Amino acid sequence: MSGTPLLQVVELSKSFGGVQAVNRVSFDLHKGELLGIIGPNGSGKTTTVNLITGFVKATSGKVFYQGRDITSWSPHKIVRLGISRTFQMVKPFYQLPAFKNVIIPLYSPRVKGLVGGKYGDRSAVALDLLEEVGFERDAQVAYKVASVLPQGYLKRLELAKAIALQPDLIILDELFSGLSLAEVASIVPIIEKLLLEGKTIIMIEHRLKEVFRIAHRVIVLNYGRLIADGPAEEVMENEEVKKAYLGSED
Amino acid sequence: MFVGTVVYALINSVILLLMAIGFNLTFGISGVSNFAYGAFYILSAFVTWMLMNWIGVPYFLSAVLSIIFTAFIGAVMYRFILIRVRGQVLSEVIATFGIGLIILEFFRYLGFVGIEYSLPVFIDHSFVIAGTYVDMQRILIVVFCIVLILLLWLFIHHTSIGLAFRGIAQDERTALTFGIDSDWIAMLSVSMGAALAAIAATVVVPLGTISVGEGYDVLINALAVCIIGGLGSTGGVIVASLVVGFAQRFTDTYIGPHWTMIVSLVAILLVLIVKPSGLYGKQKELEERI
Amino acid sequence: MKKRKERIDRGIKVRSGDIFALCSWREMLYLSGPRLFPLIACAVLPLVLDTYWQRVLLSVAIFGLLAISWDILAQSSMVSLGQALFFGMGAYCSGAMDHYWHLSPFITIPLATIMGGVISTILLLPVLRLRGIYFAMVTLIIPLMLVRIIEATKILGGTEGISGLTSLPSHWIELYLSLAALLAALFGFRRLMDSDYGLVLKGINDNDRSVMNAGINIYWFKAQALFLSSAVGAFAGALMTHVYMFVGMPVFALDYSILPIAAVVVGGGGSLAGAVLGAFILVPLSEALRALGGLRIVFYGAFLVFFIVALPEGIFHFITRKYHQFERWVEVEK
Repeated sequence: MSGTPLLQVVELSKSFGGVQAVNRVSFDLHKGELLGIIGPNGSGKTTTVNLITGFVKATSGKVFYQGRDITSWSPHKIVRLGISRTFQMVKPFYQLPAFKNVIIPLYSPRVKGLVGGKYGDRSAVALDLLEEVGFERDAQVAYKVASVLPQGYLKRLELAKAIALQPDLIILDELFSGLSLAEVASIVPIIEKLLLEGKTIIMIEHRLKEVFRIAHRVIVLNYGRLIADGPAEEVMENEEVKKAYLGSED
Repeated sequence: MFVGTVVYALINSVILLLMAIGFNLTFGISGVSNFAYGAFYILSAFVTWMLMNWIGVPYFLSAVLSIIFTAFIGAVMYRFILIRVRGQVLSEVIATFGIGLIILEFFRYLGFVGIEYSLPVFIDHSFVIAGTYVDMQRILIVVFCIVLILLLWLFIHHTSIGLAFRGIAQDERTALTFGIDSDWIAMLSVSMGAALAAIAATVVVPLGTISVGEGYDVLINALAVCIIGGLGSTGGVIVASLVVGFAQRFTDTYIGPHWTMIVSLVAILLVLIVKPSGLYGKQKELEERI
Repeated sequence: MKKRKERIDRGIKVRSGDIFALCSWREMLYLSGPRLFPLIACAVLPLVLDTYWQRVLLSVAIFGLLAISWDILAQSSMVSLGQALFFGMGAYCSGAMDHYWHLSPFITIPLATIMGGVISTILLLPVLRLRGIYFAMVTLIIPLMLVRIIEATKILGGTEGISGLTSLPSHWIELYLSLAALLAALFGFRRLMDSDYGLVLKGINDNDRSVMNAGINIYWFKAQALFLSSAVGAFAGALMTHVYMFVGMPVFALDYSILPIAAVVVGGGGSLAGAVLGAFILVPLSEALRALGGLRIVFYGAFLVFFIVALPEGIFHFITRKYHQFERWVEVEK
């Protein structure tokens, strides 16, 4: 792939106190790509995402999106550029019904004008979005308060909230963790559909099987350092990656 | 003049520190913000006064009894009221604030107003330091405060209850899994906070009279110092009381006594603009919270 | 025999909940009754009460407005212990404009509403980043310190205050203006909080990071909520200044901070209607307790503690439940 990358991460570092959570990580991401980020626990995957989306301020290094320097921007400004994300620890609005959870991103300046402003317009869009990610309309799940929904639905809700923003780049932070195989199998087609629509996706994942099946490219982090970058098969043959994964299980 | 101001500023800081330390301790350990703190301060002063003047108990004994009594009231407040709203910050604040109102306004209703409501100083004597008169009580307050901080430090760092305190402060749920009874520890922390308010009252009140309005002032001062220093951080509270104490005393001397409150307000706003969690706040700032 | 309490939506609620099912006068009354009741009460009450109780009704409206202002803030994740700040700002703004520029109350009140709102918002801007308890502490401190500042600088009448301000043309105007404002605030802000905009504010209360992740600037929204709330409080203060024809340090008193909170706690938060209901209960009650003198505030305190512990949802939610649902005992085991 050629041209300017959609997202460019240059020598990004972050230390918490004395711990170097992310250490000079650099990678490029092109439009339409699905990038998997894998690595053992505590290898800095989530921190990398937090750095890109502005939830954590970088110690050093830069992040460019469509050629613009977005390092240390506030999260809401970064979202408005078209980067949306899900959280590993789901963060729904527990007191609101599921469909109202989706209305809040629909109210964001990025998409506010696209849906009608009349009372109920956003609810209709929200219900459609929820159906898309697997909230069965007949079962009225979308009307239930988020605090009573099981984990599987909460993860889908996260995804619906991210899609609602009509982003160009979606970052999925361990979307599959805590889900059953059947649930994973039902979400994978949604992600593939998003790819077909021309979205760029970053997936952080523990389940290597799913990542290797759908990701175009995989990068591996260990102790905050990037140790491999390339197609899935190539990465898995890498000695350092094998060591990192086997080593972490001792 | 200048040296005298410094001496008095130091004493003022120590008084502020004494007033704030109990509030800070309770919040730092159990996360309970005890808005009845100022009321406990006044309660203990009045109890000492009543024991002395109505029953005729000697001063030191009545002071000790009143500290124990206040600690007991703090424990009772936690055991019967706060425990039901534990964890709901707003409810905790309203409930403790309500209790504070009940205590303070009840004393006002009973007519405990006037200059006859005062406690004797420990030793009636005064010194001249660099051309300024300083009475014995103020010197004692400084010495007392230093000893108290040292004792507290020893208690928190070298006893098993202190260890439990630190455990709860770090992570309540994890502490629970290690068999620390968090309700018991939280009750102790509220009770200790109340006792510290009573101790502060015992040494500070002899400088003036016992007045109900002072109860609100103590709460405000404690809040101001804790906010500037960063809630729950002992080092922060010490630094903040020095900052506020010096600022207040210097404005008092060189600008005018009415301006002292403005200094505190400006200090609070400035600190919060620069560092929302206070000077030494352990509360992580927004970008660090994940 | 063991029994279990069952709680079921009334049929009429289910049918009238959807607008298409409205097919009888009874159902329309069921729906509109709770909305018409306060309207009618506010229109009729001033006519049947004597002068003394009319004054009480006026204070009910004032405290109702302050309670609404508190509830709006609380729903937007900001718990304030200093409603007196908004009240006092409005009072001093209108008092000063009247005293120094001799403007008519019909100009000073709207101007003071906006000015009071803007000044209070600017004062609290530095603490917008604070959450929960921190925000509460700062709001508690600010009005009490402003009193000292006025005392120290002797501006705006100093400790004496400014007296001899213009009053409103008649006490009927005072009364109906305050009641109309109360109803307007109640219904207007209820509608606002139900809209998508209100949903964002409630979302900030629920999970602020998630709202940020939706590309929404939470500080901008919080500042707006703060302005709305403080403008409501400032209006109450401005109106009260012209009723008393006086403004002074008591406008920053703790009463104006505590009573609104007590009203919301008693009535029930999150609905605004609960706040107004609480004011309708507490203010007359406190008048009735006036004979007790200083003990009144002790009773407030006791009320606060009792309701927080025993009935944390408040009276309004209790009534709503009874209105919409019925309960019955069913046998679970012989």
